[in-house]
Amino acid sequence: MDKVYGAYLCTGCSIGDVLDIDGLKSVASEAGMEMQDHSCLCGAAGRALIEKDIAEKGVNTIVVCACSPRVMQKEFDFGDNTITVRGNLREQVAWTAKQPEEGEEAAEGVDEFLQEMGTDYVRMAVVRAQKTDMPEPYHLETINKRILVMGGGIAGLTAAKEASKAGYQVTVVEKADELGGKAIGWRKQFPTKYPYAELEAPTVGQMIADVEADGNITVKTATEVARIAGAPGEFNVTFKAAGSTGEWDAPAKVTVDEQDLIDKGEKEDPNAGLRVYTELNPDGETYGSVVLATGWRPADVSEYEHLGYGTITNVVTNMEFEKLAKDGKVPAKVAFIQSPGAKEHDKDFPYCNSVTSMVALKQARYVREDNPDGQAFILYQHMRTPGNTELFYKSMQNEDGVFLSKASVTQVEAQDDGSLGVRMEDNLLGEDATLNVDMVVLAAGMVPTTVDDSTINLAYRQGPAFLDLDLFDGYADSNFICFPYETRRTGVYTCGGVRKAETMEETIDDATGAALKAIQCIESADRGVAVHPRSGDKTYPDFFFQRCTQCKRCTEECPFGALDDDEKGTPLPNPTRCRRCGTCMGACPERIIGFADYNIDMIGSMVKSIEVPDDDDDKLRVIAFVCENDAYPALDMSGMHHNTMNALVRFIPVRCLGSMNMVWIKDAMSSGIDGALLLGCKWGDDYQCHFVKGSELANKRMENIGETLGTLGLEPERCGVRQIAISDYDKISEIVNEFVEEIVELGPNPFKGF
Amino acid sequence: MSNTAGTGAVLVVGGGISGLTAALEAAEVGNDVILIDKNPYFGGRVAQLNQYFPKLCPPTCGLEINFKRVKDNRKVRTYTMTTVKSISGGPGNYEVQLEKAPRYVNSNCTACGDCAEVCDVEIDNAFNLGMNKTKAIYLPHEMAFPRRFVLNKEACSASCLEAIKSACKYDAIDTDMQTEVITVNVGSIIWATGWNPYDAEKLDNLKVNQSQAIITNMMMERMAAPNGPTGGQILRPGDNKEPESFAFVQCAGSRDENHLEFCSYICCMATFKQMTYIRERYPDAKIYVFYIDLRTPGKYEHFREKLMDDKNSVFIKGKVADIIAEDDGGVTVVAENAVTGAKIQQKVDLCVLATGMQPALGDQGKALGVNMDGNGFVVSDPEKGMIGAGVAKSPADVYTCGQSSTAAALKAIQIGR
Repeated sequence: MDKVYGAYLCTGCSIGDVLDIDGLKSVASEAGMEMQDHSCLCGAAGRALIEKDIAEKGVNTIVVCACSPRVMQKEFDFGDNTITVRGNLREQVAWTAKQPEEGEEAAEGVDEFLQEMGTDYVRMAVVRAQKTDMPEPYHLETINKRILVMGGGIAGLTAAKEASKAGYQVTVVEKADELGGKAIGWRKQFPTKYPYAELEAPTVGQMIADVEADGNITVKTATEVARIAGAPGEFNVTFKAAGSTGEWDAPAKVTVDEQDLIDKGEKEDPNAGLRVYTELNPDGETYGSVVLATGWRPADVSEYEHLGYGTITNVVTNMEFEKLAKDGKVPAKVAFIQSPGAKEHDKDFPYCNSVTSMVALKQARYVREDNPDGQAFILYQHMRTPGNTELFYKSMQNEDGVFLSKASVTQVEAQDDGSLGVRMEDNLLGEDATLNVDMVVLAAGMVPTTVDDSTINLAYRQGPAFLDLDLFDGYADSNFICFPYETRRTGVYTCGGVRKAETMEETIDDATGAALKAIQCIESADRGVAVHPRSGDKTYPDFFFQRCTQCKRCTEECPFGALDDDEKGTPLPNPTRCRRCGTCMGACPERIIGFADYNIDMIGSMVKSIEVPDDDDDKLRVIAFVCENDAYPALDMSGMHHNTMNALVRFIPVRCLGSMNMVWIKDAMSSGIDGALLLGCKWGDDYQCHFVKGSELANKRMENIGETLGTLGLEPERCGVRQIAISDYDKISEIVNEFVEEIVELGPNPFKGF
Repeated sequence: MSNTAGTGAVLVVGGGISGLTAALEAAEVGNDVILIDKNPYFGGRVAQLNQYFPKLCPPTCGLEINFKRVKDNRKVRTYTMTTVKSISGGPGNYEVQLEKAPRYVNSNCTACGDCAEVCDVEIDNAFNLGMNKTKAIYLPHEMAFPRRFVLNKEACSASCLEAIKSACKYDAIDTDMQTEVITVNVGSIIWATGWNPYDAEKLDNLKVNQSQAIITNMMMERMAAPNGPTGGQILRPGDNKEPESFAFVQCAGSRDENHLEFCSYICCMATFKQMTYIRERYPDAKIYVFYIDLRTPGKYEHFREKLMDDKNSVFIKGKVADIIAEDDGGVTVVAENAVTGAKIQQKVDLCVLATGMQPALGDQGKALGVNMDGNGFVVSDPEKGMIGAGVAKSPADVYTCGQSSTAAALKAIQIGR
């Protein structure tokens, strides 16, 4: 595209009142763009001015210096064939001006410091426009829209059926010889309909029949996934007989150091006999996306010795009791123990969630169904029946022969008459007591399959499993409360017991949602756009391989495992796995990675476009790189409150702090800027970074650059990182100010003027 | 005005976290979506929360991403201050009449704020649950999307309206704006109408009207929020005392057949979360939690453990029978310990009622032919293209709402495929 520039300045919303408009325009003109101003650029007349230039002069690259890029998007959207770059003169300049104190007269004329801010933002917007190219979406040569569902239980069956209903081809792969998973062993299932009082006949049989009869769905039982290679839209999947091993099994992760040892013969190669991870299986099948629904296994409860599991006959798990109930008649007097902690603690068994409370209630009903004078005792610390499941709990409270009590069970012991004694304290019945029962049922939890195995078996550079699952007790869960389907592997969505212990009703919703995400990923890949959180983004990282030194930093640091590498270590990008955060771009010491509208040269040039007075100690300059998702909106809101912002600072939004390339810090320091600040999201176990690792990686890189600066005789304190939440808008001005004060304290950058 | 959306268009009623999720998930597959909300802004109930449990992260963080997705996606059309007036037709070709109330501020508004400067009328701030005042022309809150002011015309005098009009440089004030009826054609409808906090005044024994020291958990959220009525300070309403002791009354209305017979799912975790708000501000304050069961399963159990380790907190299994207003501005909470049988009278400075979730759709849903259960929750009828999502469907936390709303998006787009 031959770029024809048009630059426009809004003087409304007090921009024209506090800034010298001609001064701003002359800055644009120095950069080769004649800038027109309008008193309300977002209004119909203002937009007409721009539209006229598009029509008459062929303008296709538009610089709008006005309000924040976070507002008036529709107003300044001139269609797919134009580029619009926004300079934020309102929220981050005009509205940050120092307000006159109460009773004080407003200062005459334009504040010099504010004007310098304004001119720098115009310069940066102009440079940004000059360095922005029209993105060309990445299209796969052929896209495959089939969906692979791993696991044939309730979750897998649901995902398959729901995706098929939307018109997609699905393959369900199930390890066992038949479909249905755990649910085929159930005698009854929980109530799903108001008033939630009656157990329901199992529906799993019907679900299996529906799936088997569905022309869109292929079923592979007694089969496992050996490995999944490739990327969304073209996953290459190798199947194998359940329980077998073969050369296409997914290779384990081998770090660079481990590979060295293997090469020297000092370590055994864990992947000996396996095909290299980058090799595609010509006999493999192709899929567009994957739903992981491999479910759970019952937890081992033998560690709680006082409860006697494994040592006392007739102490069973809830799972074993269900089988008994399904096969025949259950005993007449049964105690259901919900918490293992005796008096130590009031927790449920591990991996229970709230499901096991409902299981106990259901099984108590079996006791009553099978025995006219049956007695069921549910001994709990907390009955966990959230939402509508409370209604079933209530109906069971009213049922004769069902006794519910808070209790600490201190011992289960075999009695001489063959019955079991359950000793308990702190119960609602008053006295410490011993119950005599025929059977004790322990509420074993549901351990996700991802605790035991990599499960997903990806043939990826970063290894076969999901990362950092210990944050979620091993569940393949999302760290994001707002975005429950976000895994760190694009195109793979989890549901059911593998992500959380769920009731069947929850599982059906969960699996339907996962099917939607699987479909959406395929359709996004087909359009050549990113999925969450930069959904719709047409850009993708471009590599200039001639200069790659095979340092492997990009492949190591990509939070989404989008990059594989060849034998030499040259990255092999998989654009449909990519989330467009730019972490690779930030990691690359050779600066060879960039996006059409966001790259090293662009941001570096913006930094260098900032005017740095070289002989004025009152006019030090601090550059702040700001996460555009959270810190940048916080700055906007600070502006909306007309909180004064330190006028020595210039803010540059970045996609994610992970995309921060340290060369920009060097650019800033060598152009005489006195300090550099990064504002990004919280890191650690409860990280808030939408790209998982961005702020944490940037912090590490900043620690390293601090050392480098030290060797050059610059104080490491000139570089700082602060964690900012979007709600910190009331604090951000002070946080920035404190940093600037520290820089002022240090004095000017000694390289200034050189 | 008539709109004919493309095949497979989806109407999403309610623009809180569930409606936004359902709308975006459907639109990002490629379907046309119309998203409406009765409020002048999107974000719904979660926009009023200070933090989410258990991460203690700000809800506006996720809302910001979702608003960005809406702004960037031409498949989504949004209408605020809009409700459903009537529905005709059937799955695949519903014709829905939407009623858009006048905002009295048009799309010229730049949110510069000059109008509010001159407005001399103040009204109760609904966003802050009436705990403070706002100008009669106002931006509902900092993060409001769309970022456009709204005018409460009825509250203003003629001279005030005149002043507002002349203060606006952008001709954005239109006091003649009328209710507008918009007709849309859609294949399916997602009901994501959310919840209202259960009305604490209906709980006779908890005496919310007899003392300002009795507040609801939603009021606590607003107080703790930096953009709330107290700028983030937790103070006793009325005398602004910094409380030295707190009580939380769990199941205030929930699990009670005279009020809400179901469990409201979030209140136990909300209380633990609010304990962290208190600890941040008052490290030594005493906290008493009266509960029936602590429902903090799964991942949430870790959060509970952390807070139950708090040395200045006491947890009492027992339902609160009575709250007595005291002369010093505090209250005495009366309960019986269900395990020991001991009668408890605990005097505190501030008492928080953990009120539950009342589904918001109510009778209006029935009038529009939505299938609802005995408690007012939407019963999805996917064959008819009528689908519930989020708390409109069943009590849930934000995370679970995300799952059910994403599921609703798929059920909706299956119609017509």
